[in-house]
Amino acid sequence: MAIDSWRQPRRLFLLAIGGLTVFFLMVPTLVVVPMSVTSSNALTFPPEGFSTRWYEKMLTDRQWSTGFINSAQTALLAALLATVLGTLAAIGTARGRFPGRSAVNALILSPLIVPVIIIAIGMFSVFVRWKIAGSMVGLVMAHTALAVPFVVVNVTTSLRTMDRNLELAAQSLGAGPVRTFRRITLPLIMPGMLAGGLFAFITSWDEVVVAIFLTSARFRTLPVEMWEQVRQVVDPTVAAVSTTLLAVTTTLLLLAFVARRQGPAR
Amino acid sequence: MSATSRTSAMPPDRQGRPALVLRGLQKLFGDVAAVDGVDLEVRQGEFVTLLGPSGSGKTTTLRMIAGFTGQTAGTIEIDGVDMSHVPPHRRDVGMIFQNYALFPHMTAAQNIAFPLEMRRAKRSEITRRVAEALALVKLDAFGHRFPRQLSGGQQQRIAFARAVVFHPQLLLMDEPLGALDKKLREALQLEVMHISRQLGATVIYVTHDQEEALVMSDRIAIFSRGRIEQLGRGEDLYDRPVSLFVADFIGESNILRGRFERDGGGGWLVRDDARWRVSAAQVERAALGSGSAAALVIRPERLRMVGPDETGATAGTNTIQASVRDALYLGSTRKYELTMMDGRAARVRRQLGGGEREWQPGDRVGLVWAVDDAVLVSDPQG
Repeated sequence: MAIDSWRQPRRLFLLAIGGLTVFFLMVPTLVVVPMSVTSSNALTFPPEGFSTRWYEKMLTDRQWSTGFINSAQTALLAALLATVLGTLAAIGTARGRFPGRSAVNALILSPLIVPVIIIAIGMFSVFVRWKIAGSMVGLVMAHTALAVPFVVVNVTTSLRTMDRNLELAAQSLGAGPVRTFRRITLPLIMPGMLAGGLFAFITSWDEVVVAIFLTSARFRTLPVEMWEQVRQVVDPTVAAVSTTLLAVTTTLLLLAFVARRQGPAR
Repeated sequence: MSATSRTSAMPPDRQGRPALVLRGLQKLFGDVAAVDGVDLEVRQGEFVTLLGPSGSGKTTTLRMIAGFTGQTAGTIEIDGVDMSHVPPHRRDVGMIFQNYALFPHMTAAQNIAFPLEMRRAKRSEITRRVAEALALVKLDAFGHRFPRQLSGGQQQRIAFARAVVFHPQLLLMDEPLGALDKKLREALQLEVMHISRQLGATVIYVTHDQEEALVMSDRIAIFSRGRIEQLGRGEDLYDRPVSLFVADFIGESNILRGRFERDGGGGWLVRDDARWRVSAAQVERAALGSGSAAALVIRPERLRMVGPDETGATAGTNTIQASVRDALYLGSTRKYELTMMDGRAARVRRQLGGGEREWQPGDRVGLVWAVDDAVLVSDPQG
């Protein structure tokens, strides 16, 4: 057809561009996967032989396993806090009418724009004074601030797509503000909260810049541990850890995607 | 339907009081008055429609009755209680929205159960009343379905069941059938009307569809620019409009504009070199001063057509010369579109099958009406 022949070269061009983009984005990341199953002692590509011993080392080595637990705890706490605070902030800025509303919104979203290194330096100097630098408390607080925007964005979208008449209907049917929120609003924005919470978890889970500043020899997260190890000994355990991080992050991203698709049903 | 059967489902103590009283209701958005002094009294079990073009204040009035919007001034009394500053969840009104507003995360039955749960009804009673409500709207087998699994008409029936299941003092409906196709809309009009009467519910219904208003309502309030222009039964509005706006909004009409001149008990409507007689009853009703801008409103079915030479004129009639532009066959009636001698359009609707002469495009005719059939109103643009 006329339209198709006009389209064909464009299509191929787009496909090529898209394919190359995906290739260059994915390959440097995925290259750690084969590297993690090498049987040699050096971090090399292509890998030599096949072995799962670097995974065994990752699980048995004290430093790696504590790092793993620290990261998981920090990410979980930061995600929980960010979800609660972010949801409240989203409701406030989406529904509330008060002066300076857009300024408040900009402030909440600022961690997305401000360079992380600046946030890290700022938080470090304040947290040292508060004596919470180098502890989980400090890192959870810092990661919560970084993660809140993701929750706010997701929940705000849910609130915007939700029919306001549903809340009015609930009120006219006898539900006060609290029960309207619990029975109607909350269940309908839940997918947005879930997606936001997963993004928040991921944000903390693989965050390294702020973590370098706010961790110490006694409390270290997995990405920081990797950073330290890579600078000293390069052994393929790093590749095994990377692959694990990648697997967790990808799984959570997929879950967040599913949660968002569940968004307020019509 | 008689008044007694309509109020039979109502507790006897309610019967004397009006169900709803609005006094001086006003709503300003900035400097603009969306509602500008509405007074309305609705009897128990009455079906009152707020009818008007968009932006006339009918929906804002309804939202104030529901408590969704606060009024700038005026009071709202529901069943003798001042509800002016009571939050919506304590007003005990059922609301039906154009887009149904069913809770998407609950089944039809759970939606209907919601107002009962809010009133802390017993489990067994909730089950029983939900089943009754589903039966009322003939959707017994659909309780377990989610809203998205129901058609638009079914969704609106569930919304209706949800709004009546707790026997609210008032049932408010905001263009509930607006999103449905014509056939379904007409069927549901009758159904909503019958069920409301069967329940003895007092209904405030908002629509911009005049036919819907005529079909369903006991009384209609015509809204224009934030005020009630006229309140009355459909017949009152159709046969005795108080203004050009009402005449134009309800039904089709032929409008002759001119200047009113008093002449004894009756008078004349004068335009250029033509003049038409106005009956004494009309003059008395319109209460216009001699010389003021006025208009005569004549419904299309009140005009007779005669040959150009027969004047057909007797003492109590007026005549205008016109030519037939189109003769449209509409089944039981024929509708004529005509051009009057001054170039303006007129329309006539005649019943078919009465042996009356039928006219063809191009025919010259005289349009004749009895003076009592033309309503005199003031003409604000005159």
